[in-house]
This record gives sequence, C-alpha cells and structure tokens, in this order.
Amino acid sequence: MPSLLLSYRDVVAGYSEPVVGPVSFDLQPGDVLALVGPNGCGKSTLIGALTGASRLHSGEVVRGEGLSIAYQRQRPVRDTDVPLRGDELLRLTRAGASEPPESLRPLLKLRVDRLSGGQFQLLNVWACLGGEANLVVLDEPTNNMDPSAVRALGDLLHATRSDRAVLVVTHDARFLTGVSARVLEVGR
Amino acid sequence: MNFAQVFDPLFRVPFANGLLLALVLPLLGAYVRLRSEWLAALGLAQVTAAGGVTAILLGVHPLAGALGAAAIAAGIKGRTERSGNDIYAVFLFFGWSAALLGAANSTRGEELSHSLLEGQLYFTTWANLGAVLALAALVAAAGPWLSKRLLLEHFFPENLAANGQSPWRLHLAFDLLVAFSVALATESIGVMATFCLVFFPPWVAFRIATSWKRALLHCAGISVTAYLAAFVLAIVLDQPFGPVLVGTLVVGGLVRLPFHKRR
Repeated sequence: MPSLLLSYRDVVAGYSEPVVGPVSFDLQPGDVLALVGPNGCGKSTLIGALTGASRLHSGEVVRGEGLSIAYQRQRPVRDTDVPLRGDELLRLTRAGASEPPESLRPLLKLRVDRLSGGQFQLLNVWACLGGEANLVVLDEPTNNMDPSAVRALGDLLHATRSDRAVLVVTHDARFLTGVSARVLEVGR
Repeated sequence: MNFAQVFDPLFRVPFANGLLLALVLPLLGAYVRLRSEWLAALGLAQVTAAGGVTAILLGVHPLAGALGAAAIAAGIKGRTERSGNDIYAVFLFFGWSAALLGAANSTRGEELSHSLLEGQLYFTTWANLGAVLALAALVAAAGPWLSKRLLLEHFFPENLAANGQSPWRLHLAFDLLVAFSVALATESIGVMATFCLVFFPPWVAFRIATSWKRALLHCAGISVTAYLAAFVLAIVLDQPFGPVLVGTLVVGGLVRLPFHKRR
C-alpha cells in the first residue's frame, strides 16, 4: 500500500473566524486532487493551513514521513526589474535537472520579468512540478493564462511523476480534462 | 597633480582595503535590492556611525561601537520579520540624530563623525584590512549558500513555511552579514560612499543584465571600475575619496539610461 503523504481530517480553517470546512482528504503518491469551488469559497484558506497563512480551527493536518512540499502561490512573486533568467528560476527548485517540456524551452534564456503573465505562470508551475518535492501544491495555476497556456498546463500535469502527489486549487477544473484527477468540491 | 603618488607604498593597504569593499558591497547590494531593502546601507551606515561616536564617548574603540550597533540593528530588523525599507528609514533618522548629538558633545566624537561622513580610506590600517579580508572570506564561503536560499525564499515564499521551516535564521544571517559589512565600510570609506556601493552597481546591473549571474558580474565590474577611477582621481586631484567615488558611480550610472524597462 502506498505511503500517505498528507491527510486532512475534518479540517475547519479560517482566520479569526472559521471560513471553510470540515474537509477531509488523503493524498498518496500518484494522486492528483483538485479542490474546486467558486472564488471566495475558502479553497486557498484551506491549503493555507499547510503554511500557517490561515488558522486551523478544528480537525487535523497530518504530514506523512519524508513529506517535502513545493508550493506555487496564487499570485507568483513577479518583480519588475530583477534579472533572473528562466533556467535560473528552475534551478532554484532543482527543476533544472529535469528535461523541461517543449513549450517552456524558449523561455529558459529569457529574464522572467520580461515574460508574459501566462508564460511566467507556466514556468512557476514547472519549477514546482520538475523539482524534487513529493507533494506539489498549485494554487489557481490557470491565473493569467490564455487557452494555449492552459492546454500546456494540462500537459505539464500529465508529465508529473508517479511517485508524487499534486494538490490543485482551482475555480475552473476544465484544464484537468484528460488528467486522472479526483475532484473535491469545497464550500458546498 | 602627481600621478606617481598613486603607487606610493603608503597607499597599498588603503587600496587593498577599498578594493575588497568595492567587490563585497555591491554583491550584497544585489540581494538587498532583491529584497527591496535598498535603503539598508544608508540606514545601517548611520546607525554604525552613531555606534562609533557613542563608543568614543564611552572610551571604547569606535570600530567595536560600530560593529555592536550593527549587530543590534540587525537583531531589531530580524525581530520585525518583514522585508522592506521602513525599518531602515527609522535606523537612518535615529542614527543621524544620535551621531550628530554625540558629536556635538565630544571633541573626538565630532572629528570622528566628520570623518565617517567623508570617509578616511587613506588612513585605514592593517587592522581594517584584516577585518575586511575576513569579511570577504566569509562572503565567499557563505555566498553561494545564502544566494540560493534568498532567491528561493523570494520567489517561492511559502515553500519554507509549507515544509515546517521558519525563514528567520536565513534573514538574521543575511541581515548580520550586511550590517557588519556596512559597519566596516563606513569606518573606511564613509557613510555615503558605502551606501552608494551597495545601491548603485545593482541599480545599473539589474536593468542591463540578461541573467542573475551576469548581474552579479556587472555589479562587481561597475563597482571595481568606479573604485579604481576614484582612487586615482582622488589622489591625483588631491580630493576627498568618498565624494569622488560617489561622483564616479553616479556618472557611471548613466550607462543605465539607454536600457528601458521592458515587460
């Protein structure tokens, strides 16, 4: 039986007051789980319990042994005048060792502050997926993306390794078509 | 005007001292700028100047006072757990006020305060050079480790927290390194020249470089070129070193103008 990476058990998360929950799910290597729901329903608050960005009001977040997380935030840090190149960004998360998808190769020699919002978002997603973490958290990865970038995102998820899990937070799960993903509706 | 004076053995120690600072400060400045803390050098320089003046009033060596003040400032900054210029503006005003008030109440303090503002590179000694050599060795040893973590923490700020780690050790290590560097530099080249070496080369390099690695090379290249020019000009024209270095960097900074911000 595959080992457990992460388990949410009746988690109620929020800030000064509870916002979302109770929610339960388990993640094992190979899983792709999409937390879906409309904007403002508390999806990001729910995963914020992992980083301490939100408060755990009740329930339990259990981390598996050897869990390492790569976390792509909803609004990636994008400075207007920092000369970091695409391949240098990937090396930060050790994603530089993996062969990047064809759609990303032209971006590797460009400064990330000169990419479009969608290109930068895709590069960030690959920085997480191509690295060594065994759990990748993607918070609204389709933000800023045009339809072709959204298709490329689906391809990146296809390329993910079987020894890791992916937790996707999204208000629009259509890009997961064709990806073997469980869907958990939040806020209903 | 005497060009031969540039090669006077009397100036060898000051030259090496300033050259090392011209290499180290802009490299640290690149990460200071990355964290949007470009006011750091000026705020810390004023605090260390105040520490130096206070040390004289207390009968302690000014360098010890400067380093002590730098450590306290880095500790306070670390406790605030946030990046940005606000805290450095507070340091700047406090340091300026304390340095000038201390100077007004001590003859030696006034002399030191004046030299810290203008810089006194040509009077630096083996003791200064030894401290700066140790600093340069520390930056060379810790630089690659710090660089990767600072960049990772900047672009993926939730990663550390998601993995149950707190960034405060990383922040404190970097803040201390910057504070000690600024303290040593302020003792040697003065407040404004120190600030300028931290601020100007990265300000130019970030605009013209095509990668982070090249930005660091540009920082070092711009800084060392300006330093060599200023060192020669200050001696040959018999001018104070600090203002000549700042002027040279500002003129060199015009290189940035043709490179427009692109998105």
